[in-house]
Amino acid sequence: MIKTDILIIGAGPTGLFAVFEAGLLKLKCHLIDALPQQGGQCSELYPKKPIYDIPAYPEILAGDLTHKLMEQCKQFEPGFTLGERAETIEKQEDGSFIVTTNKGTKHQAPVVAIAGGLGSFEPRKPLIHNIAAFEDKGVEYMIKEPEFYRDKKVVIAGGGDSALDWSIFLSDIASSVTLIHRRNEFRGHLDSVEKVQELKNEGKINLITPAEVVGILGDKKLKGIVVKKAEHIEKEIELECDHFIPLFGLSPKLGPIANWGLEIEKNAIKVNNALDYQTNIPGIYAIGDVNTYPGKLKLILCGFHEATLMCQSAYQIINPGKRYVLKYTTVAGVDGFDGTRKESPKAVVKKIE
Amino acid sequence: MEQDINIKITDRDGVTHEVLAPTDMAMNLMEVVRSYELAPEGTIGICGGMAMCASCQCYVLSETELPEMQDDEEAMLSEAFNVKDNSRLGCQIQMTPAMEGLEVELAPES
Repeated sequence: MIKTDILIIGAGPTGLFAVFEAGLLKLKCHLIDALPQQGGQCSELYPKKPIYDIPAYPEILAGDLTHKLMEQCKQFEPGFTLGERAETIEKQEDGSFIVTTNKGTKHQAPVVAIAGGLGSFEPRKPLIHNIAAFEDKGVEYMIKEPEFYRDKKVVIAGGGDSALDWSIFLSDIASSVTLIHRRNEFRGHLDSVEKVQELKNEGKINLITPAEVVGILGDKKLKGIVVKKAEHIEKEIELECDHFIPLFGLSPKLGPIANWGLEIEKNAIKVNNALDYQTNIPGIYAIGDVNTYPGKLKLILCGFHEATLMCQSAYQIINPGKRYVLKYTTVAGVDGFDGTRKESPKAVVKKIE
Repeated sequence: MEQDINIKITDRDGVTHEVLAPTDMAMNLMEVVRSYELAPEGTIGICGGMAMCASCQCYVLSETELPEMQDDEEAMLSEAFNVKDNSRLGCQIQMTPAMEGLEVELAPES
């Protein structure tokens, strides 16, 4: 069981900044994210896109913002459960919550802050009528362990970086790799596209374009796929394979949080914005793009503000009756949990003779 | 209100809405759909309008002349689902007076 003061669901900008604000109040945080890395939408969807409305940064790349936020909060030693989705929440007799992920990891905290942005990112599944029946029986939407595909016949579908990169990587491991894409052009990095071309020329990647996978073959286990080539729209090709891996990116869904008994409005969690961004369940907060209230603006800078107020309120739940006076970092400095201390230089007082 | 144009948007439930779209507010079609709340929040314009998610895909039903498709849009549509010959990304269609009478249908959510 992982125990912490504030359990933050979502490791995007808002969740990461909440770690810093909580740290100033000597509160420890642990974050859960369905993605395998920190940064949320910023690192998953547009790491190379510039953002222009972060205070004091006339321009910053979304990926760099994530990096800076990680740098800022690391002194408060946050814990991370990445690549797992928060699934269930149970209130305990002592008022704390136990949050369990889809992989069974349990976390306990007196305060839960949902900073889930648009929700957890789930793989976008192609519209093939019987595909659900073959999930984990030969159809996988993510590659977790490349060795799993050693000496297997693998078909990858998609035209982005994931499809290209995994096709290249698995061409050394699998007995055969087929890459299927709806167009002849690919959306990925030029280097990756050129590498795929090279491997195709060497006969290490079987490239089928422009084409689409339209069916799955097999009984209890995947045996092959059905492909339709654009220029032979009336003709279908059957291709034998052990694994079919559609890589069409990720789509955000509110997911299991929607069943936690929280008041939801327009796919977002209603909060008390007049006070502290607490939800209808005391002890559970929602901050950033995942919440809604009159006048809500889905901006990163608003998420930062909400995270700050959430931490002040969480402090009272975690330390009931204890008084806390807001201190400025310019005055009080920053004491990291890792033993570091940052403070502004003290003025030299010169004695007047 | 002379900057406003009349457009028809069919939502994902098949209901057609006649809306006034401003052309002087640097709005794109996805933002028009959002401003009139014709698709639930969180189901359209997820990436913020950067042609990176296809959640604002729509089918253009009228003969209205639209800006030419750029590489980003074409690449995204090549990976999206439910794509038809008349598919476009709403976030890449900036509202201009020349689009008076535009008719579109929102593609299914995927």
